[in-house]
Amino acid sequence: MMDATNILKEAFDKQNSPGGNLAEYQQQNWSMFSGLGLPALKHEEWKYTRISKVFTDKLVINNDSHLSQDALEKLILKETENANRIVFFNGQFLEAMSITTDSAEAICIKPLEKAAGDEDADFVNTNLGHSQRYHGDGINALNAAFANGGVYIRVNKGAILNNPIIIYHVSDSSHGLRFSQPRILVNIQEAAQVELIETYTNMGGGENLTNEVVEISAEKDAVLHYVKLQHEGEKTNHAGTTHIRQTGKCLTHAVTVTLSGAIVRNNLNMVMEAEHGESHMYGLYLLNGNTLADNHTIVDNAMPHCFSNELYKGIMNDGSTGVFNGKIFVRKDAQKTNAYQSNKNILVGENASANTKPQLEILADDVKCSHGCTIGKLDEDALFYLRARGISADNARSMLLHAFAIDILEQIKNDQIRTYAEQLVAERLSFNI
Amino acid sequence: MLKINNLQASIEEKEILKGINLDIKPGEIHAIMGPNGSGKSTLASVLAGRADYEVTGGTVEFMGKDLLELSPEDRAKEGLFLAFQYPVEIPGVSTTNFMKSAVNEKRKYLGLEPLDAAQFLRNMKEKMKLVEIDQSLLSRSLNEGFSGGEKKRNEIFQMAMLDPKLAILDETDSGLDIDALRIVANGVNQLRTKDNAFLVVTHYQRLLDYIVPDFVHVLYKGRIVRSGTKELAKELEVKGYDFIKAEVDQEMA
Repeated sequence: MMDATNILKEAFDKQNSPGGNLAEYQQQNWSMFSGLGLPALKHEEWKYTRISKVFTDKLVINNDSHLSQDALEKLILKETENANRIVFFNGQFLEAMSITTDSAEAICIKPLEKAAGDEDADFVNTNLGHSQRYHGDGINALNAAFANGGVYIRVNKGAILNNPIIIYHVSDSSHGLRFSQPRILVNIQEAAQVELIETYTNMGGGENLTNEVVEISAEKDAVLHYVKLQHEGEKTNHAGTTHIRQTGKCLTHAVTVTLSGAIVRNNLNMVMEAEHGESHMYGLYLLNGNTLADNHTIVDNAMPHCFSNELYKGIMNDGSTGVFNGKIFVRKDAQKTNAYQSNKNILVGENASANTKPQLEILADDVKCSHGCTIGKLDEDALFYLRARGISADNARSMLLHAFAIDILEQIKNDQIRTYAEQLVAERLSFNI
Repeated sequence: MLKINNLQASIEEKEILKGINLDIKPGEIHAIMGPNGSGKSTLASVLAGRADYEVTGGTVEFMGKDLLELSPEDRAKEGLFLAFQYPVEIPGVSTTNFMKSAVNEKRKYLGLEPLDAAQFLRNMKEKMKLVEIDQSLLSRSLNEGFSGGEKKRNEIFQMAMLDPKLAILDETDSGLDIDALRIVANGVNQLRTKDNAFLVVTHYQRLLDYIVPDFVHVLYKGRIVRSGTKELAKELEVKGYDFIKAEVDQEMA
């Protein structure tokens, strides 16, 4: 039987078409991966999250399954029929099943490999792999080695999209531990406005592993609202990086919601390369069972007068574990930076745990930065107050947890997606809204 | 309605209540007065079921049931209400939603159909007038950023919504200016019927000018050391607690 390395090698050889626009890039990254290997616990950035243990001889990569239109339609979120739809199946962009509902003047969605060889080649060359400056580990390189299965999205100058872009990641785990590696590159041009939503489905009920890299570049005056919604079930493993780069003064806003999984790792970067940029990062992890959810965020302030705000909240039931690491870099020239960070955790389960680590590196001397983190139980005084009004202990707990979680969900701009997320959270907390 | 017999309670091994006896009948207003640290708020908390306190002896019967056997929520559903001395701020939960849950959980317990949105709203509007509280306040997070007076009015509003048989007002007058005190007292007086009762816990006689008690009890060192009518409160106003302390300390010596 083959071990994981051989399975990966075989899949790489199969996927990397010699002479393709990304062949050289992929080959370089494969070599890098071969040298680095997978991040282990001794890697400081991965000390709580042993993603390498998922890489076993059960990995299934080859495209031996098919996504039917019927199966896909069942996954489409309610009242989002008008959305621009991007479908990934087992980590491969399915152009045929994707739909563009905004006009061709506003948006262009095409295979990444194609973009690497046409009028978008310059953008691809400059931006593809930009996240590796922050995550120079083997798992990012491994994704890059399979980049030709990815998608390229360009939102044209001045376009305000009528509809959100919803990316459906579907993976079929019925043949073994499905390994999917979606790759997404987004070019948001000057003054364009976009809502980008990612959601994930594990079909087949088996284990799966997704290793995803999303790289977004936003130009001057652009507005991005990004949502990552994870509720694939307890057998899902996920390692994802969303890398958002502000090349001009713009507004980027991200909400990451994690409701289930075995091992979930989310990297989120806001790289603020222009003066007066504004970024927001919100996260909710509502965990049960033995889920481990690890959110690593980076805000890199390179230029003066930027503002960033970050709030992550966690609720840990049962034996689940929440990890938060928030890095804020303020470089020497980034005077007048305002950067705020907060992480709040409630431990509900007896065996639940939370690890939180703010990490600020400030080289400028005229900045306002604050950070705070809390780990605690539900407020007993608040519980008693509700119970003293006749609300049962269970309902009182639900009510308080729901109240704790809701202000993150309220940050989701898209009404349908927010309502959907609110329903999922309310169901989980058995809370009637 | 409420029969307290030789109630003893302690917190962290420290005995606070050392044998309280009290009998409250429908239609009555009782006031519990006493110096700081005498156990007034402890009595209120123990009756409402706060878990911090351990009942070490005695019995409490409420509406024919063993009150001490009931969970805090069941005490509330049976008709006991505690207006908190320090109402808790709860971000993210509006008074409106919170009250809707509370009212309907109580109705369910009593075997009644839940109120629909229109009925609930009508009911709420009516009770809001009672304590001159504004709708916008009730849509906000419970007690968050409320002034002291707003918090206390919100307590009385909740009391009105839940229509308890016995309401315990724990130092509801503390931190209230005279106008807010009048509003609160006025609300209480309008809610008074021949079937319900009030236990008013206060340090000062002032509140009792507005909520006139039938009986006044003085709590000192964990016991009720004097009981009387509203005249007792007046006497305390003039003489202060020191004369009672001196008398009691002498009796106990």
